[in-house]
Amino acid sequence: MTDLGFAIAFWILAVVCVGSALAIVLLRNVFRAALFMVLCFVAIAGVFVTLNADFLAAVQILIYAGAIGILLIFGIMLTRNSERGSPSGRLRIPALVATGLLLVTFVYIALNTTWPLSSQPPLEQTTAGIAEALFNRYVLPFEVASVLLLAAIIGAIALVRER
Amino acid sequence: MNIGLEHYLILSAVLFCIGLYGALSKRNAVVILMCIEVMLNAVNIALIAFSRYVVPTMLTGHIFAIFVMTVAAAEVAVGLAIIFTIYRSRQTVDVEQIDLMKW
Repeated sequence: MTDLGFAIAFWILAVVCVGSALAIVLLRNVFRAALFMVLCFVAIAGVFVTLNADFLAAVQILIYAGAIGILLIFGIMLTRNSERGSPSGRLRIPALVATGLLLVTFVYIALNTTWPLSSQPPLEQTTAGIAEALFNRYVLPFEVASVLLLAAIIGAIALVRER
Repeated sequence: MNIGLEHYLILSAVLFCIGLYGALSKRNAVVILMCIEVMLNAVNIALIAFSRYVVPTMLTGHIFAIFVMTVAAAEVAVGLAIIFTIYRSRQTVDVEQIDLMKW
């Protein structure tokens, strides 16, 4: 990928990401907000591609844009609040001030820190490397994650069961 | 112009702050869950950008991002189950009306 093409791709994806994230927050129609959330996730998958994270881009589309998007749209359908919209609460102005300050802090830190950048080229294929790391060094967190997912499934079923 | 680590970090910070603002200011519980997902995605961008520019061959950030996705999936499942349960008993998902435990 040439530098110019890379920069153009990054800026387009960044604008789509930020624009659709703003749409989630600003739109009053909850269902449209959910569709913009799926668009945001797809654009983030594109950002992952520009970071040479091919496996995670695929996982992002499968899990976030697919599973979590559909799950949240089900949530909107089953709670039937989409016609009443998603108004802002009483905390709107304090939240705006707090997140603004946080954003300024983040940008200041990102621009003023000397990151220990590496000049090595990134891996072309990450899937094999991820499998290697996941099943050797990080095998215990991997197993704990499976227990967490099982607990989440059982917990969700126990919560919504008719009694 | 060159795209570097800072660009990704600022993109991640902007997305995180938009998600945080939504999570703090919205009243619909489902929209709050959506905003939390956006925040988790912003963190994933930062993790993978650090992995790409600081340790390009170790993939540490990728592993972390996979665990963040796992926790996000679990969180959405349990969060929606809680919202459904509240909706069934109180017929609302407005977080300002769900004040049973507030004093």
